[in-house]
Amino acid sequence: MRRDPCSDPVLAAFAAEIGPSGPVTIKGGGTHWSVGGGPDPTARVVAAPEGIVKFQPSETTVEVRAGTKVTELHEVLAEHGQRTSLPEDPGSTVGGALALGWSGPARLGRGLTRDAVLQIRYVGSAGELVTAGGPTVKNVSGFDVCRLMIGSLGTLGCIADMILRTRPIPELEVWHSVFGIDPADVLQSCATAGSILWDGSCTWIMNAGYGVDVEHDLAVLAEISAKAGADRPAPADPPKLPPHRWSRRPSEALAMGPEDGSFVAEIGVGMVHVDHPVSPPPPDEGSVLVQRRVKQAFDPDSRFNPGRRVGGM
Amino acid sequence: MAVLEKLRKRGAGPAGTRDRCVADLVAALGAERVHNDGAARLLASTDASIFEGGVAGPVCFPDSTAQVQACVRIASAHHRPVVARGAGSGLTGAAAPLGEPVVVATTRMNRILEVDGANRVAWVQPGVINLDLSNHLSPMGLHFAPDPSSQPVCTIGGNVANNSGGPHCLALGVTSAHVLAIEVVLSDGRVVMLGGLDAEPSGYDLRGAFVGGEGMLGIATRVAVRLTPNPAAVRTLLLSFSDVESAAATVGAIIAAGLVPAALEMMDQQCVEAVEDFCHAGYPRDAAAVLLVEVDGMPGGVEAQAAKVEEIGRGHGAGIRVAADEQERQLLWKGRKSAFGAIARIKPDYYLHDTVVPRGRLVEVLQRIYEIVDRHGLLVLNVFHAGDGNLHPIIAYDSREEGMSEKVREAGREIISVSMEVGGVLSGEHGIGVEKRDFMPLMFSNTDLDHQARLKSAFDPVCMMNPGKVLPSPHSCADISELSRASGDVWG
Ligand SMILES: Cc1cc2nc3c(=O)[nH]c(=O)nc-3n(C[C@H](O)[C@H](O)[C@H](O)COP(=O)(O)OP(=O)(O)OC[C@H]3O[C@@H](n4cnc5c(N)ncnc54)[C@H](O)[C@@H]3O)c2cc1C
Repeated sequence: MRRDPCSDPVLAAFAAEIGPSGPVTIKGGGTHWSVGGGPDPTARVVAAPEGIVKFQPSETTVEVRAGTKVTELHEVLAEHGQRTSLPEDPGSTVGGALALGWSGPARLGRGLTRDAVLQIRYVGSAGELVTAGGPTVKNVSGFDVCRLMIGSLGTLGCIADMILRTRPIPELEVWHSVFGIDPADVLQSCATAGSILWDGSCTWIMNAGYGVDVEHDLAVLAEISAKAGADRPAPADPPKLPPHRWSRRPSEALAMGPEDGSFVAEIGVGMVHVDHPVSPPPPDEGSVLVQRRVKQAFDPDSRFNPGRRVGGM
Repeated sequence: MAVLEKLRKRGAGPAGTRDRCVADLVAALGAERVHNDGAARLLASTDASIFEGGVAGPVCFPDSTAQVQACVRIASAHHRPVVARGAGSGLTGAAAPLGEPVVVATTRMNRILEVDGANRVAWVQPGVINLDLSNHLSPMGLHFAPDPSSQPVCTIGGNVANNSGGPHCLALGVTSAHVLAIEVVLSDGRVVMLGGLDAEPSGYDLRGAFVGGEGMLGIATRVAVRLTPNPAAVRTLLLSFSDVESAAATVGAIIAAGLVPAALEMMDQQCVEAVEDFCHAGYPRDAAAVLLVEVDGMPGGVEAQAAKVEEIGRGHGAGIRVAADEQERQLLWKGRKSAFGAIARIKPDYYLHDTVVPRGRLVEVLQRIYEIVDRHGLLVLNVFHAGDGNLHPIIAYDSREEGMSEKVREAGREIISVSMEVGGVLSGEHGIGVEKRDFMPLMFSNTDLDHQARLKSAFDPVCMMNPGKVLPSPHSCADISELSRASGDVWG
C-alpha cells in the first residue's frame, strides 16, 4: 500500500524546514556548486537528510536519504557485492548526483545515473511532500515525474530521498593504459570494456566482468597493441579529467584532435573532458518552451534555486 | 449497418462527409488517408484490452510529420481531441479513443530512416514494427533491446508511449533506457525535439518524461533508438520444479548470487500444459512451475553463469534441460512466446494482468492469486517476468457466459489490491490507460497525482491529447472530466 511520506518524521521535518514560501537552495556536497550559475545569495540554504533507510540486496534496491554521500552508500552496498551507477565523486551526495544528472566515466559498463532511479520523494514548491515513481525494479505506473527531477539542478523540487536500483559489482575490474592504439578498435573488440578514455595519444581501458572474459579481452588488447606497433598495455590508474565537459556524439569524440586543446574523451559515449568551457549548441526552441512550462508548473513562484539555470533556459 | 449500429451503441454521434472536421482533414491529407466509415472507426475504437468504451472519430493515416501537424491543427480548430494509435496491441485501453477524437494512426509512418552503426543509433518513424527493426539490424550484429511478446505487431511509437518491456529487459532495461531523442508534435501543432544524440543533452529530461506518456503528451513522429550489440554467446536453460515455492526461491537465489540473467521467465503448470497442447515445446507437463533462464555475454562468463544457475537450480530440486543448439533454444522460447496463442485455444477471451511485486513476495502473491480465482471459479495461467517480479496472471474465460465478465473484473481488482498490499506497483510494462486509471490513488496521493498532472499540462496545456487516460478525475484536465464520465464505468 501507499506509504504516506508525511508519516516519516525525517521527511516531515525536512518539508517543514523548506516551508511554503521564500527562496530556497538545497546544498549537497557542494562539489559542483557553480553548475548552472551560483544561486541567488538571498536564498536560504537547506541540506537534505542523511542515511541509508533500507537496503534489500535480494531485491537489488536501496532506499537512501538524499544527503548521504555516494561513497558511503557504495561502501555499504559493496558489503553485499553491489553498487549503483552513480558516479563516486569524493564528497558528493546521492541527491546532488541526481540533481546534476551526470554519469561518470565508467558509464559504458555501469550504465547511466538516470537509469538507476526508481523512486524519488521530494518537497514541492508549497512545502508538500511528493512521491514520484515506485519502489520496485520495474514500474510504468503513471507519468514519470522522476525523469524531470534528474538533472534539474534542484530547480523543480528539493529531493529528500530516493530508491535506487543496485547492480552486482563485476568479479574483476582492471585499468590498463597504452599509447598509440586506435581506441575505436578497443570498443569494437572488447565487450568487457567498461570505460575507454583517450587523450589523443594514450588510451586507458577499464575491463570489467567475469575473470575469464577480462583475461580474454586483455589478450585481445595486447594483440591490438602489437598490431599497432605499440608497447604492451600496462596496469595504470585512470587519468585525471580536465574540468570542463563537452557533450558530443560518440563518433565526434573519436574525431577529436590536437586543435581541440588537451582533452580526455569517453570513447563509445561521446562525453569529452576539456580544459576550457564549451558552450552547448543552441537548444531546440520548442523544447525550451516546454521546459519553461515545466518550471512554471512545478515552481510557479520561482523559489527553488533562483539564479541557477538549467540547459538553454 | 451492423458496424454503425455498434458504434451508435457506444454513443457515437452521426458522422459523415458533412462533418467539417473530416472535410478539412480530407483537404489536407487526401481522401485515401482519412477513413471515416463505420468499419474503420470501429476498428480504431478498441485496443487489445477488454475495455469497450472507446469511440473513434475519423481515422487518419498520415505519412509525414507535416501531415501529423495538419491532423493536430485541424482537430484543434474543431475542438476535437486527438489520439495517436500504433498497432492497437495495448492492454489497458490507452489507445481506445474517448469522445470521438481524431485518431492519428501511424501505420503508414513505418520507415527506418537511418541506421548509424558507428554511433549505435537508428532514426525510425513511429509506425515501424518492433520486430521489423531488430530483423533489419540483425546483419549488422545489432538489435533494439526491448522485446515485448507482442513484438511481431507492436510499434516503436507504442513502445515509447507505454515504456514497454519484454523478457530481455531484465538486464538491459525497458524502453526508456533505449530511446535517445524523440521528435514530437505537440497539441498546438508545434514540432519539438526532445533529448539528443550527444552524450548528455542539456535541459530537463523531457525525453524521459515523454516516454511512458501514453500518447497524452504529444505524438512521436521520429524516434532515435539506441542499438545494442548482439551478445557473443547465449545459453538457455529450462528448470522444472515440483512446486511453485521452489521455483520462486530459485529466482531469488539467482539474483542474490549476483547474477543478472538476460531473461528469467516463469510459467506455472496450467500455462505449461496449455503451451504443450499448442506447440509441443517439450516442457515437462508434470512440473508445477518452470523457469526459462537465459544468460548471455562472452563465452567464458556465459559458461560460468550457466553453471551457477544449474547449481542453484539443483539446490532447489530442479530438473534441468540446457538447450544444446540454436534450434532447441528457439523451441524453448517458442513455448514462452506462444503462451497467448495457446490460451486462445482454451477460452475465447482473456484478461492479462500486469503488476510488479518485490521478488521476495512472489510465492505469497501467487498463492493469493490462486485463492482469488478459485473463489470466483475462474481459470488462471501464470507466465511472467519473474526476474523483476513482474506478474502476468492471465484469466481465461468466455464472456458469453452469464455474469462471467463481472467475476473476471472483480478478480482483477482483488489481484491489483494484493499486489499493492505487499509493496508492489500497478503496472510493470503495460501502463495505466483507462484500465487502471481509477486505481492510481492506491499508489499515489492527491499531491502526487497533482504533480503528474503538472507534467501533463506542461506538454499539453489544452488537454487535447488522448484525454481521459492515466489520471483519475479530478486530476485529469477539467474540460475532459465530462468525457471520461461519458465513457461510463472504466471497466466496460
Ligand atoms: C499478446 C500481447 C502480448 C504483449 N506483451 C507485452 C510485453 O511483453 N511487454 C509489454 O510491455 N507490452 C506487451 N503488450 C502490450 C503492448 O503490445 C505494448 O504496450 C505495445 O508497446 C503497444 O504498442 P502499439 O503499437 O500496439 O500501441 P497502441 O496500442 O496502438 O498504443 C498504445 C499507446 O501508445 C500511444 N501511441 C501510439 N503511437 C504513438 C505515437 N506515435 N506517439 C505518441 N503516442 C503513441 C497510444 O495513444 C496509446 O496510448 C502485449 C500485448 C499483447 C496483445
